[in-house]
Amino acid sequence: MLQILLGALMLGLLWAVMTIGIYITYRILGIADLTVEGSIAMGAAIAASCIYSGVNPYLATLLALLGGMAAGLCTGLLHTRLKIPALLSGILTMIALYSINLRILGKANVSLLRMDTVYTNFMKMSFTNNAVFTKLGVTHLIPVIILGMIIVFGIITILYWFFGTEIGCSIRATGDNPQMSRAQGINTNNMIIIGLVISNGLVAVSGALIAQQQSFADIQMGTGSIVIGLASVIIGEVLFSKRSFFIRLVSLVLGAITYRVIIALVLKMGMPANDLKLFTAITVAVALSLPEFGSYLRPITKSIKGGASGAIRKQSL
Amino acid sequence: MLSVSRVYKTFNIGTVNEKTALKNICLHLTKGDFVTLIGGNGSGKSTLLNCIAGVHDVDDGSITIDGVDVTKIPEHKRAGILGRVFQDPMVGTAANMGIEENLALAYRRGKKRTFKWGISSKERELYKEMLSQLDLGLENRLSDKVGLLSGGQRQALTLLMATLNKPKLLLLDEHTAALDPKTAAKVLKLSDHFITEGSLTTLMVTHNMRDAIKYGNRLIMMHEGRILLDIKDEAKQKLTVEDLLQRFGRASGEEFTSDRALLA
Repeated sequence: MLQILLGALMLGLLWAVMTIGIYITYRILGIADLTVEGSIAMGAAIAASCIYSGVNPYLATLLALLGGMAAGLCTGLLHTRLKIPALLSGILTMIALYSINLRILGKANVSLLRMDTVYTNFMKMSFTNNAVFTKLGVTHLIPVIILGMIIVFGIITILYWFFGTEIGCSIRATGDNPQMSRAQGINTNNMIIIGLVISNGLVAVSGALIAQQQSFADIQMGTGSIVIGLASVIIGEVLFSKRSFFIRLVSLVLGAITYRVIIALVLKMGMPANDLKLFTAITVAVALSLPEFGSYLRPITKSIKGGASGAIRKQSL
Repeated sequence: MLSVSRVYKTFNIGTVNEKTALKNICLHLTKGDFVTLIGGNGSGKSTLLNCIAGVHDVDDGSITIDGVDVTKIPEHKRAGILGRVFQDPMVGTAANMGIEENLALAYRRGKKRTFKWGISSKERELYKEMLSQLDLGLENRLSDKVGLLSGGQRQALTLLMATLNKPKLLLLDEHTAALDPKTAAKVLKLSDHFITEGSLTTLMVTHNMRDAIKYGNRLIMMHEGRILLDIKDEAKQKLTVEDLLQRFGRASGEEFTSDRALLA
């Protein structure tokens, strides 16, 4: 059980990087950006093929970041300069990335078994090899969790700073009210592009970290990632406070971890792995429609509380 | 200060919905002018304001603000020398950001935005002081989300944001039309206060004839995309609603039929 939970924690931390990226487009800019399906696979592809050809894993992850940023830039330009709707721009880049990722990988998947990854250095550290961890069978998880925590904490800190700066505030304002932003002298097109670039950069880093953890990159690994990201964002918002911006960022990480814990538990309870994407889609659909359900339920609870008179009054209207 | 010369604007050119909104508009405002702009629905007054602000490109003609030809300059770059308040109170402010954050965005209008912190503690004092002028108690709610404020409060805040760093030209687009009469009167009074205090060059669109007559030193009436009447200084001081209706009838050969303008 501990193994399962720690495994979920580990995956949650790696996917949290992507969740934060999706939060930037979905919540801050108000765009459902489908580029992420391509850019997560792109991050994995870049990292895997670089590491495979002997590039330093840290450098490979950095290159994945740049690749994801380029993908975001592409979507941003399609949307702001060519005036293609945001959703369609994302889909176009996503489809284009499928071919590009195949070119990067050279084939449908690349294995990284017995290659040095960003986690290797942490595995060599003596404290992760101590008897307690070995006995629990989690030796391979601890280095990933440690590095994942460092990266996630670093990203949160940087983003917290960034969205407090003048440029960061302009991006938030653009997502909130573009008309007002332009009236306040903000170049909303550039702000949308910056947001998409940062978001997809993070998503690609997430892809690179996941590929190195699972020791392979696969051309299909992006499928459904936007839904997983949205599920994590929503779980984070529902379960944890959404007061200050810092707490929001932390809640995204907790949301991503919770999502992985839920998945691990339903799999443990015997749900076939093939049904996972269906389960995720239903979870997100339910979570997204909660406000709507609320408005259906409210009159019912009201009439229950108000008793018969409430119901009659309603009929007479 | 503002010079609009021979401006034309047609929407949906080449379709059945083609609509000429502005026909050969020429308008010159001198520094310190407070112009009220009145006209029926579809007369082109909002289009004129939006063309000046850069929301719409003009088809022909040119617009110069303070000696700079802005005809080809995009909206967000023009914003640096403009202050704008819109008809819809929801449009002028960012609902999910705090009062102080909104003011900070406005404070940086026309300045280069950098990686400096988005709001400084020195500014907060300034904002507090300015908000207390509104007399709405907002000075104690600096970090509250703007979405929590009422329409009137939001419009007052937008007005403060628009006048924060003394714009070369203030554009008010029926900014009291969506408010209840009492709040509208208060916001209008506040506008007048800011305009007179800062001697701001202002173009105010209104539906309300009485307001158009009461405020400002010059009144312009538009009809079907043209400027019909332009009444200045002493002539404007003596103006009454009846005069205005009569002169409109004589100039246009029609009767003025905007109930909203007459009943307000």
